[in-house]
Amino acid sequence: MHDNGKLMVLAITAVIFSALFLGIGLTADNYQYFLSRRIPKVLAMIIAGIAIGQSSLAFQTITHNRILTPSIMGFDSLYLFTKVLVVVAFGGLSSIAMNSYFNFAVSVVAMLGFSALLFGFYFRGERQNLMVLLLLGVILGQVFDSSSSFLIMLMDPNEFASVQASMFASFNNINVDLVYLSTPLLLLASWRLYRLNRLLDVFWLDKDNAVSLGVDVKKVTLQILMLSAVLISISTALIGPLLFFGLLVTNLTREIFKSYQHQVLLTAVSLVSVASLLSGQWVVENLFGFSTTLSVVINFIGGVYFLTMLLRNKIV
Amino acid sequence: MKTLSWTLIVLSVLSLFVGIGQLSVVDLVHGDSKSWQLLITSRLPRLAAVLLAGAGLSIAGLIMQQISQNRFASPSTSGTIECAMLGYVLSLVIFGDGSQLWLIFATSMLGTLLFVQFINRIQFKNAVFVPLVGIIFGNVVSSIATFFAYKHDAVQNLSSWTVANFANLLQGDYELLYVAIPFALFSYLYATRISAVGLGKDFAVNLGLNYQQVLIIGVLLVSVMSASVVMIVGKLPFLGLIVPNLVSRFYGDNLRRNIPLTALLGALIVLGCDLLGRVIIFPYELPITNIISLVGGAVFVFFILQGEKNAR
Repeated sequence: MHDNGKLMVLAITAVIFSALFLGIGLTADNYQYFLSRRIPKVLAMIIAGIAIGQSSLAFQTITHNRILTPSIMGFDSLYLFTKVLVVVAFGGLSSIAMNSYFNFAVSVVAMLGFSALLFGFYFRGERQNLMVLLLLGVILGQVFDSSSSFLIMLMDPNEFASVQASMFASFNNINVDLVYLSTPLLLLASWRLYRLNRLLDVFWLDKDNAVSLGVDVKKVTLQILMLSAVLISISTALIGPLLFFGLLVTNLTREIFKSYQHQVLLTAVSLVSVASLLSGQWVVENLFGFSTTLSVVINFIGGVYFLTMLLRNKIV
Repeated sequence: MKTLSWTLIVLSVLSLFVGIGQLSVVDLVHGDSKSWQLLITSRLPRLAAVLLAGAGLSIAGLIMQQISQNRFASPSTSGTIECAMLGYVLSLVIFGDGSQLWLIFATSMLGTLLFVQFINRIQFKNAVFVPLVGIIFGNVVSSIATFFAYKHDAVQNLSSWTVANFANLLQGDYELLYVAIPFALFSYLYATRISAVGLGKDFAVNLGLNYQQVLIIGVLLVSVMSASVVMIVGKLPFLGLIVPNLVSRFYGDNLRRNIPLTALLGALIVLGCDLLGRVIIFPYELPITNIISLVGGAVFVFFILQGEKNAR
């Protein structure tokens, strides 16, 4: 099948599942209430899917490998940590900590700062080693994790309740305000990313080739890291951490589409991740009757997939 | 070495007198039965557990670094601990209780062996890739464990593993940790072979070594030691990683000489962090995991940046 045909199939799948989520059991009497609950949920899944897919793809391109994604680098842990810090600083029931805009702004700023810091480390010397950057990210992520668990231990149980919701991925208590706030932000970020698609094509050839073809590696890396930070903040704020989802969808996309053009790949990865998120959640809700959660399933499948990739030596 | 031992002894004695229950030398000398009981059922077991866990895990890290030929390998960056967790869940699910030791040891050993096979098969361009892959491998295994635990409502049983704490160890809880002593002795005697494996497969075979056998014995040592620590105490992140690196930084790379040094330093670091956790918000306690991951994380980052500088 041609690439355009595959894109069409994915788009139709996504539309069908969105329609299923929105439309089941809708009558003339209840549609106002049902839709007010369901539209944000579907929209959140779509936004988060696009954000995770695109950020992971761009991130893998600049790091030139197929197994690392931004969430592995500690961005998720940082998100939770800022959340905990806000609750500790202002109190869980204070108007500031309850304000989702404020929370979102703080975590976006923290993540941008974090990626700028890592970036500073990375380009400090003459010989840059991206793997060292990633390892630093992973370790700092673990440090964030244990710092948050330390603060959580000291916390009042009532205050902990307001943190707990953001510790696990969930599609059922979506914050409606954030959905509408993050839509323009997502459009802006993915438009910026799309503008960089030709540079990304060159980057996938390897960094040395990119340099000799005249790409400003430093500038583009910084841009991509910042955009990834914004996109990951959006998805984490909306649905919570999904560790292996980025890994899964980027590799699925690269398997389905044999293309190397990021113009195609960026669109494709968004569709793949939206379609799989919607269909996965649908299956979990309706066939398994909520007996397991989608994030556990994703981590399980993504993990097994990761191991087979390692065995087949397909890391680049 | 002398300074290390003396510091360890002094801190150990001091640690016996830190705690919410009153314990003083005077009472002990007067033969106060309550004080003696406190000492024997709570303070001494805790001290022994701290020392054994620190020493055992550090030696496990040292051996792991030799057999995987990588400075950044350790039980916490190779999936060993997560595999032990998986074994615990399997034992809960299949046998209804978490006390099937052989299953826990077997899974952690299998997982470690798998990881060592991975990194021997894949030619990494970069040494830092090994711990990265190891950490992700650990994440994978722990999500598989969570999957089973979620299905059988055992997530809560798992959570006690993730936070290490010496506070609730009493007499009768920690004796499994004594396994570290015979294992440490054995690895001391076996050190030359393990360091030959550390020179690479071809070289080891050239020296007339049964490579596979030594590798499997090494993995067995690492798995059993770290699995028993994580079962009794919990996760002590970065410990098995930073201690051998610190030792080889100051004392070189003679494995046989380094094993006692590593054990001493590991015990000392864990004891120091444990004491810190007991004092910092006295009369409450901070779990040692938090302190050790902050301290260890900082040291690890320092090592990476240093290694980078030397590579240039």
